[in-house]
Amino acid sequence: MTVARFWRKIPNRYNLIGTHCTTCGEHYFPPRQMCPTCRRDGKIENHKFEGKGEVVTYTVIHTAAKGYEMQAPYNLAVIKLDEGPSLTGQVVCGKEEMEIGMRVRSVFRKLGEESEKGMIYYGTKFVPE
Amino acid sequence: MRDVAIIGIGCTKFGELWNHSFRDLFVEAGVSAIEDAGIQGEEIDSLYVGNMSGGRFVEQEHIGSLIADYAGLASTLNVPATRVEAACASGGLALRQAILSVASGHDNVVVAAGAEKMTDVGMDTATDALAAAADREWEGIMGATFPGLYAMIARLHMHKYGTTSEQLAAASVKNHHNGTMNPIAQFRNEITIDTVLNSNMVADPLHMFDCSPISDGSSAVVVVAADIAHKYTDTPVYVKAATQASGTISLHDRADITTLDASVVAGQRAYKMAGMTPDDIDMVEVHDCFTIAEICAIEDLGFFKKGDGGRATEAGETAIGGRIPVNTSGGLKACGHPVGATGIKQAVEITEQLRGTAGKRQINGAEVGMTHNVGGSGGTAVVHILSRNR
Repeated sequence: MTVARFWRKIPNRYNLIGTHCTTCGEHYFPPRQMCPTCRRDGKIENHKFEGKGEVVTYTVIHTAAKGYEMQAPYNLAVIKLDEGPSLTGQVVCGKEEMEIGMRVRSVFRKLGEESEKGMIYYGTKFVPE
Repeated sequence: MRDVAIIGIGCTKFGELWNHSFRDLFVEAGVSAIEDAGIQGEEIDSLYVGNMSGGRFVEQEHIGSLIADYAGLASTLNVPATRVEAACASGGLALRQAILSVASGHDNVVVAAGAEKMTDVGMDTATDALAAAADREWEGIMGATFPGLYAMIARLHMHKYGTTSEQLAAASVKNHHNGTMNPIAQFRNEITIDTVLNSNMVADPLHMFDCSPISDGSSAVVVVAADIAHKYTDTPVYVKAATQASGTISLHDRADITTLDASVVAGQRAYKMAGMTPDDIDMVEVHDCFTIAEICAIEDLGFFKKGDGGRATEAGETAIGGRIPVNTSGGLKACGHPVGATGIKQAVEITEQLRGTAGKRQINGAEVGMTHNVGGSGGTAVVHILSRNR
């Protein structure tokens, strides 16, 4: 991912800032500028999430994504935030600790890197609460 | 809308075809489909081609022009050629566009092709190109891989319904068995449940043998207005439904992680369009990019109740000779998965079955078949119902 492409979403990635539709009350993370329920009748504003939620499902990735080789094996999960929306993120703990329904909270971490000289991605991961 | 029929099919071998270039592949598939149909280049009104990522795999875009050109349809005939893309559903989408262009009355004879050349790049580049079918900004950047996304579907399916790794493996074993009978298949060897369970873990609970391979290959079909089909062939295969549905691009936005909403809706639309139910389908080619994808597909398309797919597969209900044979071609797992070609190959297989020319894997008395092609983790689904009868 290019620098500009990563940089423009840094507030969202670092601080778990998504959006909120004041018309229907739904919360969105990743952020959406169009409410899929209200569409043009929706009114979208930013919303900072508490960062707490639970694991809906998970996997332990052994064959890593490009740039994540050094971390393998790593836990990847779908996490449902307490405010409603679900997101994809890594859970930093032993793989034997992982279970569906476990409570997690967000932490600021290095996500991955492009190469030795390339960009380092920072963002949000999760740990057991 | 007019009725549409398939009158010609062609397919290259699927596999690691290092001696064949991207253009070699689609020329071979296209020519065999045209010869099978008995048509001349002058009769072709338009061309649709499914290709996921020529840009990443062979650094080539503008695939429509390239195909028309090297198929001999550009320099003098100037046949319009359109590339369509929906990740792994690109082939199914190309077929649907070809059918719609004939059904609309605009065209009479159209070629739908699919092609992908995936082994000109290394495994890491290929994997990364495939990962572009997911949401790069909010799944990929978090370290998600495609096997990882489907592994999360599998984990929840196991948790909710008691599905086991052995049941997942049974889909792979069955598809390898079917592949032994298909001359174009990438893998033509039998495997056992232990082969799957003892293979490397890619993304827990999915092993390497739960995953479809990286492949090269191309397939093509010729579709015409049903009214003129008998001019070319005694065994036209009629299109009873060609439907498509979108779902959220990200897995995490699904209401139920174990259901591909796009598959459910595309299936329902197809049954409605054809005036049929799952009981009317004699065999189905589903999108088994991973074993769990086949389990979800046979549930989402209404052949089994949600949660029963694993047990049914283990019990042999989806084998040739079972209640509803699934992936007689060997599926993506054993026949191979050159992504853009897969959706077309599914229609080639069903056409072979309906013509009665599927050899050792023939389903006796096959009258109606279905294809099911998925893009990404379920962002797009394309379903076709094909029949011997108009």
